[in-house]
Amino acid sequence: MRMVRKATVGSVAALLLIGLSACGGAGSGSSALDPNADLSQQKLTVSIWAAYYPEDIAAKFEEKFGTKVTITNHATNEEVMAKLTAGGDSGIDVAFVSGQFAQALAAQGLLENLDKSLIPNSSNLIKEAEQLSYDPGAKYSLPYAWGTTGICYRSDLMKGDEPTSWNDLLTPKAKYKGKVTMLATERWLMLPAQKALGYSANTQDEAEMAKVKDLLIKAKANLLAYDDTTFYERLVSGEAVMVESWDGWCNYGTAKNKNIKFVVPSEGSDLWADTMVVLKTSKNKEAAHAFLNYIYDADVHSWVVDNILYKVPNTAAMAKSLPALVGDFPNMGISPNELLQQEGLVDLGKASSLYTRIATEVTAK
Amino acid sequence: MGSKLGWLKLPLYGVLLFLYLPIAVLIFMSFNQSDAPFTWSGFSTRWYGELLASPEILIGFKNTLLVAIVATLLAVILGTLLAVGLARYQRSAALEAIALTPAIFPDLALAIGLLTLFTNLNYALGLDSVIISHALFCAAFVTAIVRGRLHQLDSSLEQAAADLGDTTVGTFFRITLPSIKPAVIAGALLSFTLSLDEFVIAFFTNGPSTPTLPIVIYSMVRFGVSPEINALATLVLLTSALIIIIAQRNLKVKDQI
Amino acid sequence: MAQVLVRAERDAVKRRALLARTIFLLPGLSYITIFMLIPLGFIFFYTFLTRGTYGGVEYIFTLENYTRALDSLYIQILIESILIAASATLLALLIGFPAAYAITKLSSNWQNIFLLLIVLPFWTNFLIRTYAWIVLLNTQGFLNKGLINIGVIDQPLELLYKPGAVILGLLYAYLPLMILPIYSALVRIDPAMREAAINLGASPAQAFRQVTLPLALPGVLVGSIFVFVPSVGNFIVPELLGGGKTVMVGNLIRDQFLKARDWPFGSVLAICMVVMLLLLFFIQARVNKSVLGEKNG
Repeated sequence: MRMVRKATVGSVAALLLIGLSACGGAGSGSSALDPNADLSQQKLTVSIWAAYYPEDIAAKFEEKFGTKVTITNHATNEEVMAKLTAGGDSGIDVAFVSGQFAQALAAQGLLENLDKSLIPNSSNLIKEAEQLSYDPGAKYSLPYAWGTTGICYRSDLMKGDEPTSWNDLLTPKAKYKGKVTMLATERWLMLPAQKALGYSANTQDEAEMAKVKDLLIKAKANLLAYDDTTFYERLVSGEAVMVESWDGWCNYGTAKNKNIKFVVPSEGSDLWADTMVVLKTSKNKEAAHAFLNYIYDADVHSWVVDNILYKVPNTAAMAKSLPALVGDFPNMGISPNELLQQEGLVDLGKASSLYTRIATEVTAK
Repeated sequence: MGSKLGWLKLPLYGVLLFLYLPIAVLIFMSFNQSDAPFTWSGFSTRWYGELLASPEILIGFKNTLLVAIVATLLAVILGTLLAVGLARYQRSAALEAIALTPAIFPDLALAIGLLTLFTNLNYALGLDSVIISHALFCAAFVTAIVRGRLHQLDSSLEQAAADLGDTTVGTFFRITLPSIKPAVIAGALLSFTLSLDEFVIAFFTNGPSTPTLPIVIYSMVRFGVSPEINALATLVLLTSALIIIIAQRNLKVKDQI
Repeated sequence: MAQVLVRAERDAVKRRALLARTIFLLPGLSYITIFMLIPLGFIFFYTFLTRGTYGGVEYIFTLENYTRALDSLYIQILIESILIAASATLLALLIGFPAAYAITKLSSNWQNIFLLLIVLPFWTNFLIRTYAWIVLLNTQGFLNKGLINIGVIDQPLELLYKPGAVILGLLYAYLPLMILPIYSALVRIDPAMREAAINLGASPAQAFRQVTLPLALPGVLVGSIFVFVPSVGNFIVPELLGGGKTVMVGNLIRDQFLKARDWPFGSVLAICMVVMLLLLFFIQARVNKSVLGEKNG
């Protein structure tokens, strides 16, 4: 009898202990993060575009902090968004998404507000980048890279006709017809027409977008293709002479052929940012913050500049890398002030459907 | 071999030429000196070296193989049983349609539907959820092929066995299965092939840390198909061809026994 | 006494039939129910909901998604998709049938080899194979450079980024799926039947039309479905070989789910496509039955 009672008391006590410890350790939720958390007990899953990061970053981070890092790739914002918004735990702790998508995630309550005390390197963040329109105050996102969109072209094949306006792309001269591409991703598909007509890149006005649609349908007749990924290779091969391009990507073309140049059209363009966010469902939030902090280290972040030829809003990193590169790749020298004169992209809310419908109409006609 | 063919040689070799022309191109481009996907700039084998040193590709390959094998096994069992059931024990156009629907359901919608299901069941995504999802549409293909074969066979042998007192299961193993073996093997082969290269469903039902090869390739293709990727395709092709040649040899020997 | 025995026999037969049905049908059907019908249910449920402001779904019931789907833009895309997929299917049939027929005339060893050769391309990645066509056909690609070099043309041909290129890409992707079922059907035809027809006075052409062709029909129909269905829903080929200038149903559905994050509307489009394909399948089954009516007894 006594043995049974002992066993019962013992097991009840054990259960209580287990219960209490489970309560203590389960999900950080919105409770404060522990600055002294043992990072070697945490694991990190990071979702990012392929070839967008140093290959050894997982190994180096593990070496420094003991956290096991798994890097998974996504090809587009849209795909990773589908996974993150499907409900439940996607298994992803840190995601790299463009600014307007971070905004959409935050609006759905999926992001953890960043605890800057765990990201001391965020002091490297360029002041101008602290108030980006999709996340003023950088509350739930830190920008990884930023830039603008413009026209990337073969100066040797367009002598005397160098493009200066979006209209040069939308209604090119006869000899360039069929040798022009535009970006396929909706927001950037609309951008040239929106700016050419003097509208905002975030407009939700149906009348304005109808005019945008008409202009884009006219432009389609002159296009070789809509291309998000190989447009600069077409410049290299000569299949195209003029393409709509993000600034960083144009540099890949320039690296292969010095005649490839970039211009931000006179009507203005967008300001885009690829950001890092921490998911609320993450069970490894301290490690996630440490990862963001690690990226913002001047040496690590300058790797991005050196190898991906993008601008980063990190004062220390840019100071380190820019001088060597700006000669060959002038668009890297676009200053933060100049960037901020372009229009930041924000999420469109319900108007996303309008944009998708217009994109469908334009590409289907 | 060819003398009986006559004019049929044209479509036959035409088809082979058509099927293998792009393959020849991609093998050729895998030896490209620079990493340009569209322009040739000289011969080099460096990409094969880089490929074999790339951990994510090897992991993706391993995962893909695992998924394909297990999904095929599952699909063959489910699909064959279903086909026999539909052909011999329950004639119903409605059930047949249902059995084949996974093969024709748009993969994106199926992918999202499955993701929703797994999420609502709080089932952690990983290779197992991909296997389950792949087995679904692979089984439908197996059902279609085996069903088609059973269509052409008559059931008199099985009925005879039943009349003579054989059990249902016994009849299946002793009579039905041997007669549909080629169809089952064809179904298995098709199922394996389809699972190997399937991207959409795998992407949505997979966990983040166990990518399959199509997923790895799709995210690498951001910059166009580099020679490294072509090298990968070439290696997979060579491996498959080798497996086929070896299997061929073994089959020959078996036939002679 | 005899009546009791007969009834007992009947019951035994019924029990046996029930057991058989359970063993054979239950695993597959329950699998399909759980992993396809229930997700299908979710999608159907979604069609009546409203898109959340930033994505996801809100539980506000509406029929608006269905009325939106009737818009001429989407009907036009659906029709165009059907035409493109049908073209690819027809071409696959025209090329694939003779090829399958040719294979049946080979010796058993060579049949094996050719069949495996036809399946082998499937074991390279779909994306990579499709890209190879771009390398081949673009204005600076191998074909154009080759033709210019030998002087056949002096301006490059613009072969890509048009509906024709999409048809080519789909044909290329799914041709083996046409050849295999036709081969499978042809090879099961008893040659004695054809011989009998010829002995009875039919010409080879007549024998082909009235004996071989009808018996090959199940294979033709299966092959056609295997090509048509994935062609209609494909979104990679229209994007790559069509240069994003040809929108098919697959692109449409993907865009709604991923870009517009409009799951309710994307679900409606997906359901429409499934209904259309199921209708096609029923028609195919009917045709199959009517042509082979006598044999199936």
